[in-house]
Amino acid sequence: MSATADNDTVFEQLCHLITPFNTKGVALTRETDIAADLNIDSVAIMDFMMEVEDRFNIDISLNLLSDISNLGDLTSLVERKLAEGR
Amino acid sequence: MTDLLEKHRHLAARHEAMIGMGADAVGLPIERVISPTRALIAGREVILAGTNNYMGITFDPDCIAAGGRALEEYGTGTTGSRIANGTYDVHRRLEREIADFLGRKHCIVFTTGYQANLGLIAGLAGPNDTIFLDADSHSSIYDGCVLSGARLVRFRHNDAGNLDRRLSRLDDETGGRLVILEGIYSMLGDRAPLAEFIDVKRRHGFSLLVDEAHSFGVLGKRGRGLAEEAALEDDVDFVVGTFSKSVGSVGGFGAGDHPLFETLRYAMRAYMFSASQTPSSVAAATMAIGKLKAGGKRRQRLWRNATRLYEGLIDLGLDVVSPKASPIIAVRRSGEAGTIATWNRLLEAGVYVNIALPPGTPGHMCLLRWSVSAAHADEDIDTIVECFGKAVTSQE
Repeated sequence: MSATADNDTVFEQLCHLITPFNTKGVALTRETDIAADLNIDSVAIMDFMMEVEDRFNIDISLNLLSDISNLGDLTSLVERKLAEGR
Repeated sequence: MTDLLEKHRHLAARHEAMIGMGADAVGLPIERVISPTRALIAGREVILAGTNNYMGITFDPDCIAAGGRALEEYGTGTTGSRIANGTYDVHRRLEREIADFLGRKHCIVFTTGYQANLGLIAGLAGPNDTIFLDADSHSSIYDGCVLSGARLVRFRHNDAGNLDRRLSRLDDETGGRLVILEGIYSMLGDRAPLAEFIDVKRRHGFSLLVDEAHSFGVLGKRGRGLAEEAALEDDVDFVVGTFSKSVGSVGGFGAGDHPLFETLRYAMRAYMFSASQTPSSVAAATMAIGKLKAGGKRRQRLWRNATRLYEGLIDLGLDVVSPKASPIIAVRRSGEAGTIATWNRLLEAGVYVNIALPPGTPGHMCLLRWSVSAAHADEDIDTIVECFGKAVTSQE
């Protein structure tokens, strides 16, 4: 079970989900670049996205990954998907 | 202007660190191959235990003779693609042999196994379709998916329930749906739970492609792969395979029963714009397919060796991450430097295995990866286990 509460904001929940991948303990903001600042490779990014998909019950196709660079981009995408109901 | 190659500097540093520890694990020069299980490396005879040469067929006298005859009759290369001057009668014969072997109506051969996935996946799916791929798929599958332009959805490895949920979320989408699985996964040697995926297929409906690269010739009574072993061949729409493992040559194939399958020849760029397989490799592969048909004893031997090695490695108390005995067995080591050190000690002791490092491994594991051959003798397996035991002990 996720330790996040449902009333946490999407951004807060994403920060929680990315913790296992944030091995250097980088302070997270909406401007944090997921690949460059956290120094994680393409496979780890796909694994993180899978956690996000399952947490929010949405699909983020691999084709969209190149459009997402920082946590703010991802937050907006998740919020949009939730509003669309998928 | 940005230096184009600057982005790869970290790879150079990583490689330099590896070289500093001993041999070049990602470019090891093999001076001479003595047999399917022996080679000369740095002037020393080494047991090969990481070559995917499952059936040990690379030195079969009939395969060598067939390759030699084709070299004499057709020359060294075709100098053209299949849609120009590169279709010889030997290519057509190999396609018929594989179709017959698999009990399929159609087969198309490619210059490499990598191109088989690139060609077939991008030929089957297009920008209006969705591909669902297993998270642990081989890079050739990922690359074929990207080339297709299809919408790409990655599901958790071997988790049919996870695929089910993803399909449910997209049930109202129009366009074709292709699911891709592998018979035996190349890193850990585990198999797709095919029956569970077929249940999902019956509920949702999709086309199913199974890449039998590591299971062709290896699984099933007749060696047709995972689908044969699971008695679910009728539920698999497309089969991909390679000649560079159990077949002991080079090249790849795609097979299926779809009435428009042959049309893919004019829609697959990896097939249309690459020179065709050399006649000698085609002829050697064709002879090997015949051998695989009558390969029951080789398969038994392979599985006996796989079980012997698996149990030997387990008995050493190692972190064997392969879930059960398989021709591919992986052991997890801690950290990249330690894994490279163990690999060097094994090579010095006279055993060659594969090293597999992130990001090319599941769960970012550092792995030593064995592949077993039917040509290994019991004593080879015992030596491999003994050497690994010593390599690990001397490191601790």
